[in-house]
Amino acid sequence: MSLTNDQLQTVAHLARIAVEPEWTEALRSDINGILDQARRLDDPRLNDLEPMAHPLDQVQRLRPDSVTETDQRETLMDGAPAHEQGLFLVPKVIE
Amino acid sequence: MSTSDTQHRGGDAALINASIARLRDGLVAGEYTSADLAAAFAQRIETIDPSLNSLVSRVEPVEPASSTGRLVGIPYVHKDIFCAKGTRTTCGSRMLADWVAPYDSTVHERLSRSGAVLLGKSNMDEFAMGSSNENSYFGAVANPWDVSAVPGGSSGGSAAAVGARLVPFATGTDTGGSIRQPAAFCGVTGIKPTYGRVSRYGMIAYASSFDQGGVIAKSAEDCALVLGEMAGFDERDSTSADRPVPDYVAGLDESIRGLRVGIPKQWFSDALDPAVGDAVSAAIDELRAAGAETVEVDLPDADIALAAYYLLAPAEASSNLSRFDGVRFGYRCEDPKDLQDLYERTRSEGFGSEVKRRILVGTYALSAGYYDAFYRRAQKARRLVTDHFQRAFEQCDVIAGPVTPTPAFDRGAHSADPAKMYLEDIFTIPVNLAGLPGMSVPAGFVEGRPVGLQLIGRHFDEARLVNVAHQYQQRVDWHERMPSLAADSANDNREG
Amino acid sequence: MSQFAIPSGWEVVIGLEIHAQLATRSKIFSGASTAFGAEPNAQACAVDLGLPGVLPVLNEGAVRMASLFGLAIDAEISRVSSFDRKNYFYPDLPKGYQTTQLARPIVVGGSVTVTTGEGKKAGEHTIRVTRAHLEEDAGKSLHEDFHGMTGIDLNRAGTPLIEIVSEPDMRNPEQAVAYARKVHAIVQYLGICDGNMQEGSFRVDANVSVRPEGDEKLGTRTEVKNVNSFRFLQRAIEFEIERQIDLLETGGEVVQATRLYDPDRDETRLMRTKEEADDYRYFPCPDLLPVVVDDETIESWRAELPELPDAKAERYQSEYGLSAYDAGVLTSSRATAEYFEAVVAREGADAKLAANWVMGEVAALLNRLECEIGACPVPADKLADLLERIADGTLSNKLGREVFEALAEQGGSVDEIIEARGLKQISDTGAIEAMVDEVIAANPGQVEAYRGGKDKLFGFFVGQVMKAAKGKANPQAVNDVLKRRLAGD
Repeated sequence: MSLTNDQLQTVAHLARIAVEPEWTEALRSDINGILDQARRLDDPRLNDLEPMAHPLDQVQRLRPDSVTETDQRETLMDGAPAHEQGLFLVPKVIE
Repeated sequence: MSTSDTQHRGGDAALINASIARLRDGLVAGEYTSADLAAAFAQRIETIDPSLNSLVSRVEPVEPASSTGRLVGIPYVHKDIFCAKGTRTTCGSRMLADWVAPYDSTVHERLSRSGAVLLGKSNMDEFAMGSSNENSYFGAVANPWDVSAVPGGSSGGSAAAVGARLVPFATGTDTGGSIRQPAAFCGVTGIKPTYGRVSRYGMIAYASSFDQGGVIAKSAEDCALVLGEMAGFDERDSTSADRPVPDYVAGLDESIRGLRVGIPKQWFSDALDPAVGDAVSAAIDELRAAGAETVEVDLPDADIALAAYYLLAPAEASSNLSRFDGVRFGYRCEDPKDLQDLYERTRSEGFGSEVKRRILVGTYALSAGYYDAFYRRAQKARRLVTDHFQRAFEQCDVIAGPVTPTPAFDRGAHSADPAKMYLEDIFTIPVNLAGLPGMSVPAGFVEGRPVGLQLIGRHFDEARLVNVAHQYQQRVDWHERMPSLAADSANDNREG
Repeated sequence: MSQFAIPSGWEVVIGLEIHAQLATRSKIFSGASTAFGAEPNAQACAVDLGLPGVLPVLNEGAVRMASLFGLAIDAEISRVSSFDRKNYFYPDLPKGYQTTQLARPIVVGGSVTVTTGEGKKAGEHTIRVTRAHLEEDAGKSLHEDFHGMTGIDLNRAGTPLIEIVSEPDMRNPEQAVAYARKVHAIVQYLGICDGNMQEGSFRVDANVSVRPEGDEKLGTRTEVKNVNSFRFLQRAIEFEIERQIDLLETGGEVVQATRLYDPDRDETRLMRTKEEADDYRYFPCPDLLPVVVDDETIESWRAELPELPDAKAERYQSEYGLSAYDAGVLTSSRATAEYFEAVVAREGADAKLAANWVMGEVAALLNRLECEIGACPVPADKLADLLERIADGTLSNKLGREVFEALAEQGGSVDEIIEARGLKQISDTGAIEAMVDEVIAANPGQVEAYRGGKDKLFGFFVGQVMKAAKGKANPQAVNDVLKRRLAGD
């Protein structure tokens, strides 16, 4: 499996990361290197194993349904790049 | 005690190399105050760090929040991945270069409660992605033993700072070896606990099912003490383990007579630098001399482990790092012309190349049509590797082997080929796949650069790991050695 | 009124996806409040904002409520369910992914039975539910102009939702609306959703396709979003059916796409085609562990289930002798049923009379005022007072309506209004006898004719007495007295 230029552009768009033309070749070869390694996963011993999502065999703990947070808007918004009247601002969203 | 006295004592070679317990005794006995201690270490940072770049931020020390905790007055630094309210928390990234955390991580809350005094935030590979600390927006970190070498990564700043005795201990995180490998490279002791032992709340995520916070310190004894304060159940982290934390210090002096130490035969192969192999074998001989028995165990498929890790971790990262979009916090590009432009330029300018590379790999691995071939397959590989460990632990109590195939490499050595750099993690990654606790313990030098012995335990068997490491450290003095950069400076201070 | 009919030769296939906000106090993964109407971002905590380092912890209330829904529709409650991440970039989605349940939803299967039509045309249909899963809501984009920018309010981000996905089992807009209404009723009966469609607590997306009658293969479908009332749901589906059939009949083809319903123009318009759709890169959320519910917990939840619409409607028929149609109308919403039950709870209440009033006068009033029954200006206890006065003969039905209007307009008590307006019916036999005697004395000719066999004149006498009583005489009493007196007693 090897990544084509088109695929790289699609992936870059999904990730919202620009891949400049001068970076394309190096990046493709890096990623292809990782995909080459990934061939080891074709090992048939893996076929019947249960996929493992977490290292520990635990179950989800449930939180009681109670309000524990207070209004921290001022503090939390302080680090926002652009905000006004309590809203985060972004370039106009067209629906 | 006068100020000059403070500097004298703080700079004393014996004091800067003293155990945390010894520092505590001095505080309790009134030899110096916590402010004296903080000032003394701050002075060392001021003097020495310019040649290391191990810290990205200095924090004005405050009075310990507690007077009864086990770490009252003990200075430390956080890897800059832990949020501490009111301090800049950068994760080594331009993305967060100016971000001041508005809340405390659980680790920070616990260390504060035990009285530890924060002096700064340590440099790291951006978003914990790297094995050399060359991927930081704030510049590379030098290895205190040899400034032309890397300190390892991603907790390279923490390891370098402790190695140079800028602080008695530092926090770190380990996703694929990021505590153990830099600890090995910098000649310090590091422990990555069992996944779930230390809360991840407030620890900026790289790969959530692997990330685990831990400690880098001079000795196993210090690690045991600090880990005991950091560890424990946290209701804010769903993956935190709800089980009691044993007193890690209490068991340090237990004999390891009859302990079964498993030696993974596949790890002593061509991939391992023979000189590193010799140092590790010598360390294992010491364990035998202390009464431990050794058995050969099977830990095959390191290549499969590596392949799985380098798909799973980037996949999780690609999702974890989507929140860096220039909307609610952190970096935003100049004058975005529309939404797409805001996202793309913010992320392209805010992330460094290694981070972008891994996001792209992870995005690809998760994208439609590849999920089964990559992600699911890699999760199965994770099971395979975990099963190997389980079988090995039927024959032994701990596993001992190398941390890395080589000692610290030169800066710039692997920059041309990231995939090759990934091989650095071949002995550490399997441990993260299985979520096991692992330690790196100083075990000698190769050409002046430190080498580490890795100890791996069963889930939640940290007490045994620190016990074994401590018993080893009773027989050797590798962990007492200081790089000349640290020792000279201590002597300079003594003379001045 | 819509004149819509599916053109002959075509079959319509509809499936609905319903998002219901769960009525928990706190959010699905954080301790922030879910109350509606707070200052922007005042209820968005560090977790809701997706700040670096924060982690989710699942709300027990959300799991319970989703399970209650599953139990109410006879679905299977998954003993093990789990959360996945759906990855896409949007300003109202703080983490860049939505935490949802793709692979293992908490509710699997189940069904909802609906009735459409009335009388002989009435038909019952069972709509299968594929699944219902837990997920987090997104925030809101406010498009008012902030120097050409859009404002983002994340108060809603992290509000728990269940997404209820039906099988494509509906064949016309009426069934789709009936199904949506039934689900709406069920979540309200369960108390797990406030059902407010205007505020977006209950949102319906419709998947619509058409195919030539007899075809096995499903046609290409479109998904219609942004439907915030049942009426609009009906219109949006009708429009989409007509649009698709027009396309196909003129040689065009339907493009798989998401379309928005615009109520102002009464049409759907293209939002995005499938080609533009994101690749969501679903994968198991590593911050959350498998959610396990045991049999004991499920049984304790089952014990919490209230009487649901179908059971209630059956009881109304057997207990109160109501028709199936009336029982269906009265149980169609929890608030209506509660109102009705509060009225009939009155000692000696006549359930049929109550049913007629709730479905007649009360419904007409609400319709006129465009208000919900919960906010009805004539509360249930007042209506019960009123019906009591009708039952005991104090008021005629006609006077009862007058009192009802007065209650609606100015409030007050039933007896006060009767008193103040002098509406009290004259039931006193002595008074009525006096009036009857006067009428007989004043109309000897008619009396003679009546006694001579002209029975039809009886109505004339009733009218004369009522006129004298200014309409307030108890008609039954007037009849009785007149009969006796005319017979010569």
